[in-house]
Amino acid sequence: MAKRSFLIPGVDKRLLIKDSLKVMPDVTRRRFIAGGASLGALTLLAGCDVVDSSSADALLAKVSKFNDAVQDLIFNPDALAPTFAESAITKPFPFNAYYDLDDAPEVSAADWKLEVRGLVDNKKSWTLDELTKLPQFTQITRHICVEGWSAIGSWTGTPLRDFLKLVGADTRAKYVWFQCADKDGYNSPLDMRTALHPQTQMTFKFGNEILPRAYGFPMKIRVPTKLGFKNPKYVVSMEVTNDYKGGYWEDQGYNSFSGS
Amino acid sequence: MSSLTVTEEHISAKPGKVIQPAWVRVMHWTNAVAMILMIMSGWQIYNASPLFDFRFSHDITLGGWLGGALLWHFAAMWLLMVNGLAYLITGFASGRFRKKLFPITPSGVLHDVRAALTFKLGHDDLTVYNYVQRLLYAGIIVVGVLIVLSGLSIWKPVQLYYLVKLFGDYPTARYVHFFCMAAICAFLVIHVLLALLVPKSLRAMIIGR
Repeated sequence: MAKRSFLIPGVDKRLLIKDSLKVMPDVTRRRFIAGGASLGALTLLAGCDVVDSSSADALLAKVSKFNDAVQDLIFNPDALAPTFAESAITKPFPFNAYYDLDDAPEVSAADWKLEVRGLVDNKKSWTLDELTKLPQFTQITRHICVEGWSAIGSWTGTPLRDFLKLVGADTRAKYVWFQCADKDGYNSPLDMRTALHPQTQMTFKFGNEILPRAYGFPMKIRVPTKLGFKNPKYVVSMEVTNDYKGGYWEDQGYNSFSGS
Repeated sequence: MSSLTVTEEHISAKPGKVIQPAWVRVMHWTNAVAMILMIMSGWQIYNASPLFDFRFSHDITLGGWLGGALLWHFAAMWLLMVNGLAYLITGFASGRFRKKLFPITPSGVLHDVRAALTFKLGHDDLTVYNYVQRLLYAGIIVVGVLIVLSGLSIWKPVQLYYLVKLFGDYPTARYVHFFCMAAICAFLVIHVLLALLVPKSLRAMIIGR
């Protein structure tokens, strides 16, 4: 297979990509780099084939798929994330998103409804009042971010598996897919075994207070057995499905299972 | 033709002349590749949430951004772990560790450190490791085991909670992982420097003798 090292004679394509990346805003840059699209896009722009690096990207993507399978295999549905005393709670608990707090969704409780779709018997939408009448439990667990930092917080809400039972979800389906109100449309798939884990929670309170805007008002899905980005905030819909629908970060290259 | 005969005689007359057997050489260089990929991608991952008041220069990291670095890190880890495990098993089973790395006595180490610092430490017989080498090679194997265990703790803190307990808690495991990386980098500097100072040791790790 012919490989071209140069798009333009004398210009190293890697340096060219690097230079183009520098002028892109952060999010654009990440999306550009994601999943081997970078060289493909450049190929289209330059009208010239660049093969070598995208094959490395393809290999890495394959290994990541393999890692999904390995993690699914070693996932023990009965293994509980460690819980902590109230004194261990991290204060202040960090706000973290791909946007500033000022850009966080401002959801009106009165207008908000949780849409329930897909392989469920009862597709009715739920108001916040209806949801918060369901039995709630509090758990103090460690939130671990894909970036490496972690913080201990107290989350209160209804076990997701109880809700799935209540709406008659087909729990043999592969995923529960969440969509959120974040700008650019955040979404994330959760494998069914994790969705049914006893600690996976539809969260309405943080630190015994109504979930603040910073942490995902009106509803967050707290999954102590997953990295933070698999804990969607500002959730507006859930869909029980056998299809892998991708996710905001998953599509950009974060490992999809990302279990802890 | 005569030179070929000499070589064959040379080999058959001194079968013990192979300093580094093929399995050691293959695993050594596989480990070198895996380790460099792990360290460079690890630096990029570190940059996403630094433990200390510094970041690694983007020019020496791998992956471009956090997501890319994680892909590299979690791919190269298989190479590192499978190769490392095979190395440990073969090292123990073949008796190489016992023969080459032990015993390590404090007096022997002190003597050889002193000799090394005064440039009196000889390398005439490459088949025998001096006490400084024994200590460093045995030590880096321990660090290698620790960096994998702390890495697994960070990767799977719930499923492998007993490993996390070994280190205390999740944040501590992260620090252990970092300091093991620092120890390996320090080892690498000395290791590469000494290999260049004694080129025949480098040759032995490439062609065996």
